[in-house]
Amino acid sequence: MKRILMMMTLLLLVFVAVSCGPTPNIGSITPPYIDTGVDAEAWALIPAGEFPFGQHDHMTMVDEFEIMVTDVTNEQYARFLNEALASGAAGIGEVEVEAGESAWTERGVFGFYPGEPFDGFRHEEEIKAGDKLFMPLEGDGLRLVFDGKQFTSLDAYTNHPVTMVTWFGANAFCQYYGWRLPLEAEWEKAARGTELVDDRGRPFPWGMEIERNNANYYSSFDVFVKMFGKLGNTTPVGFYNGKEYNGYQTLDSASPYGLYDMAGNVFQWTGDDYPNQHYRHMRGGSFYSYQVDLRVWKYNSAGPQYYGPAVGFRCVRDVN
Amino acid sequence: MNSVSKRIDYLFRSTNGLILMAMAVVSIITVTWGMLSGPMAEWGVREVTIRLLGMQMVQAEREARIIMLYHTIAMVIIAIEVYIMTDILPMKRQSQVLINGTVTFGYMLTVVFGMLFAYWGQNFMFHGLYLLGLSLIFFAGILLSIALWPWRPEYRLPADSPYAHTKKGLDLERTAFFVMAIATLLSASFGAITGSYWGNGHETFLAEDLIRTPIRTALQGAIIGHLHIMLTLIAIAITLIVGRWMDFKGRLHKIAMILMIIGTIIITIGALSVVWVDWAHTTIYVGSVFVMLAALLYVIYTWRKLINDRVAELGLEKPTFGQKVKALVHDPLKFGPGWQMVFMNFTVSGIGIFMAVKLDEIIRVWPHRDERITLTGHWHILASLIATIILLYFADRVGLKGRVRKWFGWSIIVMSNLAFGAVTIFAMKRLFVAEAGQQSIVNWTMLLTDIGLFTVLVVLGIFMFWRLIDLFRAKGFWSEDMAAEKRAVALQEIEEQRKRIDELNKALKETAS
Repeated sequence: MKRILMMMTLLLLVFVAVSCGPTPNIGSITPPYIDTGVDAEAWALIPAGEFPFGQHDHMTMVDEFEIMVTDVTNEQYARFLNEALASGAAGIGEVEVEAGESAWTERGVFGFYPGEPFDGFRHEEEIKAGDKLFMPLEGDGLRLVFDGKQFTSLDAYTNHPVTMVTWFGANAFCQYYGWRLPLEAEWEKAARGTELVDDRGRPFPWGMEIERNNANYYSSFDVFVKMFGKLGNTTPVGFYNGKEYNGYQTLDSASPYGLYDMAGNVFQWTGDDYPNQHYRHMRGGSFYSYQVDLRVWKYNSAGPQYYGPAVGFRCVRDVN
Repeated sequence: MNSVSKRIDYLFRSTNGLILMAMAVVSIITVTWGMLSGPMAEWGVREVTIRLLGMQMVQAEREARIIMLYHTIAMVIIAIEVYIMTDILPMKRQSQVLINGTVTFGYMLTVVFGMLFAYWGQNFMFHGLYLLGLSLIFFAGILLSIALWPWRPEYRLPADSPYAHTKKGLDLERTAFFVMAIATLLSASFGAITGSYWGNGHETFLAEDLIRTPIRTALQGAIIGHLHIMLTLIAIAITLIVGRWMDFKGRLHKIAMILMIIGTIIITIGALSVVWVDWAHTTIYVGSVFVMLAALLYVIYTWRKLINDRVAELGLEKPTFGQKVKALVHDPLKFGPGWQMVFMNFTVSGIGIFMAVKLDEIIRVWPHRDERITLTGHWHILASLIATIILLYFADRVGLKGRVRKWFGWSIIVMSNLAFGAVTIFAMKRLFVAEAGQQSIVNWTMLLTDIGLFTVLVVLGIFMFWRLIDLFRAKGFWSEDMAAEKRAVALQEIEEQRKRIDELNKALKETAS
């Protein structure tokens, strides 16, 4: 019995050792550049009207607005940072980051934020006026490079969604160009549209069900999963547009208004500031998310100082 | 025909048969619904299962389906605990039959119609029958509480009893069971009241999705309190049950039972007060300290007993430390429950305390997604640990012996610990690695979790298959079980009849004079 036990333990250890060989983290491998043909500068008009909001489809009115067809790309964000640095709207250096009861210093791009009312509610984040981190300069997952003067995007990632950007950084981008971050209701309407099937709104931008080649999510087995492992990596914006890439056939997964990546790829910061809390909600799920978290009403949240390799954003602008 | 009825008799009328059948139901649910998530979903088995079984998986109804699934599994586990309680605690035979019958019919209705409603179309007749099942289980709880009433003269303990009791002979262990049963009924009411508002102002949600919502409705608070306390009470029940199994007695027993009674009351008040007050958590912590201390005393007592009994059996007069450890782990089935309780402190209580203490400093600095993973991870572990303790206990009840006993026991303990340890590391991974570098730790923790859970399920499968095959044998273990139970029941009924005749004779004498 002891011998069998030892053999089984040994087999288990070998199995674990083989399975846990060096796994690339998402900063250490450069994927090929893939042109999806989707214009990252395009906007879509979302007409005014009611739509089914949330999991339980509460009909909600939203005014007319325009929204970016894709997430903001690394190339676009690098351009913004260069312009903001040149105009003095952003700076580079050490900046104090506060979250909950923690505070630390990080080197990165920062800019001024006027702060938010604080009510002393239980677990409420205090967002004071001052310089806020937009994006760190160091860390795994960064796709932008700073040479001391200019930001540039890594070649393979120019058309991938920008990540490692805080809510402050996303908000600053939109405001710099006279736009803003979408409210949650706006984001969800843009994602699912107004169609009701059997009295239910769409759970996914493209329809009622999800296939593996509809979106970039955990274990969706896209071409990048093969390179980066199950957790995967970002895909270029508009990747899931029905095209075939190196033998990998995608499904056209645009929303009813022609928006791409409204489910999967990266979480998207939204603009609502919830009183007594100040966490910011992120919509759409990401390449880290399970299928179920790609449903349009699901959200993640974090303090506005948070940044991560699976979080990006897109902007909206008012029509009038 | 006679042979079929004998087996039906065993499965429906003996405690071991009832437990076995309930375990089979849980196993079927676990195997079938286990195909819909985790690695099975990743490998595409989920889609095949859904197609084969014709399940209707409306995306917006996922949370509601999961809630019904949790309820059906919980009801079967509650039924198993009820069967054990009606067997090990003195009560009238009539009460035992009534309680077991009601809870069995209740959980079967709940499982069948709950799953039909959740996964095979929303026929509201199914929903009604599902609710009827839950109501029957609630009714069985009332009957159990009545049967457990500890102030009855016949349940008083003599002054020299080694079991915990008051000066007036009130059995404190029975009182602890009784308090737990009443608390369960109260907590079930909170769920039922909120459920009655379903579709009438209350919307389905999973608690982990609301964790960062600063202001919750009273109904949402009721559900959050309900689900936390129900799992806690199931854990308290199994702790009391294994205490009885291990013949927990003496001074430690007395202290433990007092702690358990007070702890159960405080923790229930704390969990349910989530509806009204902000400081509910503080009350829960206080109650938890009492309950966990009681569990600690159980571990101290039983481990000492296991060592002493084995050392005496081997005839060792002055055992070394190594011999004592060997004696402690000699019987995995009896060592296991205590060990799982100790292990729980690292994977459940420890994580919970850490999260509470470091909430604003660490946990809330992470995104909600990571906090949610940690929360769901730790309560899934608690539920699964309870299941493993039930398995160890039941394996002893059906008389697993020799090598099979050791293999079974150690497989359950080691592989469940491997899985739950890996889940804990997975849930807390953001403490050790940056978000961009988590791939490796995700890979190996998931792998170990899958290996651990798969092995436990295989062991359970073999065990269940063995008992199934046994049912086809004319003189299998089932017939021994049945004979033993029949003997015990016959003796109990004779005793009850004797008491009743005495009472009637007394009444005749009184009326004659």
